[in-house]
Amino acid sequence: MAEFLQLVFSGLTVGAVYALVALGFTLIYNASDVINFAQGDFVMIGGMGTVFLAAAGIALPLAALIAIVGAVLVGLLLHRLAIEPARGASPVALIMITIGASIFIKGVAQIVFDKQFHSLPAFSGDAPIAVGGATILPQSLWVLGVALALFVALFLFLEKTLLGKALLATAANRLAARLVGVNVTIILALAFGVSAAIGAIAGVVVTPITLTRYDVGTLFALKGFAAAMVGGMGNPLGAVVGGLLIGLLEAFGAGYISSTYKDAVAFVVILLVLFFMPRGLFGGRSVERV
Amino acid sequence: MLTVEKLCAAYGRITVLHDVDLRVETGEIVALVGSNGAGKTTLLRTLSGVQPAASGRILFEGAPIERTTAHARVAQGIAQSPEGRQVFGPLSVEDNLRLGAFRRRSPDRDTLAYVYEMFPVLAEKRRIAAMSLSGGQQQMLAIGRALMAAPKLLLLDEPSLGLAPLLVDQILGAVVKLKAEGITVLLVEQNASAALAIADRGYVLETGRVVLEGRGADLLADPKVKEAYLGL
Repeated sequence: MAEFLQLVFSGLTVGAVYALVALGFTLIYNASDVINFAQGDFVMIGGMGTVFLAAAGIALPLAALIAIVGAVLVGLLLHRLAIEPARGASPVALIMITIGASIFIKGVAQIVFDKQFHSLPAFSGDAPIAVGGATILPQSLWVLGVALALFVALFLFLEKTLLGKALLATAANRLAARLVGVNVTIILALAFGVSAAIGAIAGVVVTPITLTRYDVGTLFALKGFAAAMVGGMGNPLGAVVGGLLIGLLEAFGAGYISSTYKDAVAFVVILLVLFFMPRGLFGGRSVERV
Repeated sequence: MLTVEKLCAAYGRITVLHDVDLRVETGEIVALVGSNGAGKTTLLRTLSGVQPAASGRILFEGAPIERTTAHARVAQGIAQSPEGRQVFGPLSVEDNLRLGAFRRRSPDRDTLAYVYEMFPVLAEKRRIAAMSLSGGQQQMLAIGRALMAAPKLLLLDEPSLGLAPLLVDQILGAVVKLKAEGITVLLVEQNASAALAIADRGYVLETGRVVLEGRGADLLADPKVKEAYLGL
């Protein structure tokens, strides 16, 4: 039982990060039909940026803030320089552009940062908290708390503000959005900026647990993509449930089968979902997208 | 209010509008009739700015707007209810209407109350997702959404398309009411007889060219129009 609980804790922690990456996918997909495979690199920029700024002597909170702002700038540039000029291209072409952008970002990160693994000190110490025979790290609580706060903030933004509604409206019908006076270019830029911020924040809080390197974005992007697909691409709630599910399955796979196959779990799940319920768990409304 | 001079529009190499001249005076209902593929929808889209003009001029209240972005034109007072309704399906009826006022600095509750008064069924269904409305209700929503922008010029693209005759009367009755309240309307219709009957003036568009223009009643009586568009 204690072992089970331990796996649940570690699964939820890493799952919360996948959920945040999946939320980033969801936001951009909804606004533009693009699946942004550079999403994981925002996580890397958040983590690596904070590590290097902190190493340069800047206080951790400020370093994190600067790294997040930097990631947002990268997100906006990605939209402005790579996506916007290709407006009107097919979604597949746009997706390939994001894969290219992801490779480019990793290449630049190797030069700007380095090729080593890095970590950050845990925000509130390393003393594990005992819960029901298992232990949970304070940093895990940070990850879960921040993920919850971001999810609530995103929900309130989309459901309670007119700008959020405009983003949903652009997703539902771009022509009509333009006809009511929504500037869809700015909405898309907003989606990229917010997604980058979410990814970078996830990167900051998870780095003390998982470490970071210039290329960690790839796995985060693939797992986050799997999470978004499991939940039903385009559904924010599905992204969260999918992320937590992938995280839990991965932890159980590593704990009960073999940690060698940890990374394979996400891909087995995605294959099963694509075979048996291609619209995902919550993807009922995406009929017209086929 | 609106003057269009030698307007051309093209999709790629295919020119759809050829030197269209058109005028809408303040307070008028102007009908634009013509068969399928005549370029009516393209003309409205060019006026709204979601389709670029290849050449020619569009003057709105005396100022050229052919280079103005679509969202700025909404702010200036041109709103469109597009062909095929194009409501925001997953969003609620009320959210659709609120988004209609997206460009307004202070979206007042009066406009919302006014739209609900004009189409009471929308008030009843205001919490329901727009995609679960019937075709006629979606049409009312599309018109209501355009009205939320408090437009000076309302562009209506095929508001009667696919509706039962009783609903067509209701929608066109609403258009006449809008005119009485001082809103200028440019109405595109395939249902030429119904449109010309309520219009002050009309234009007949054929393969991207204006081939006839005149008072609504005169066009209704014109033998060429009768033969080509009224099936008489």
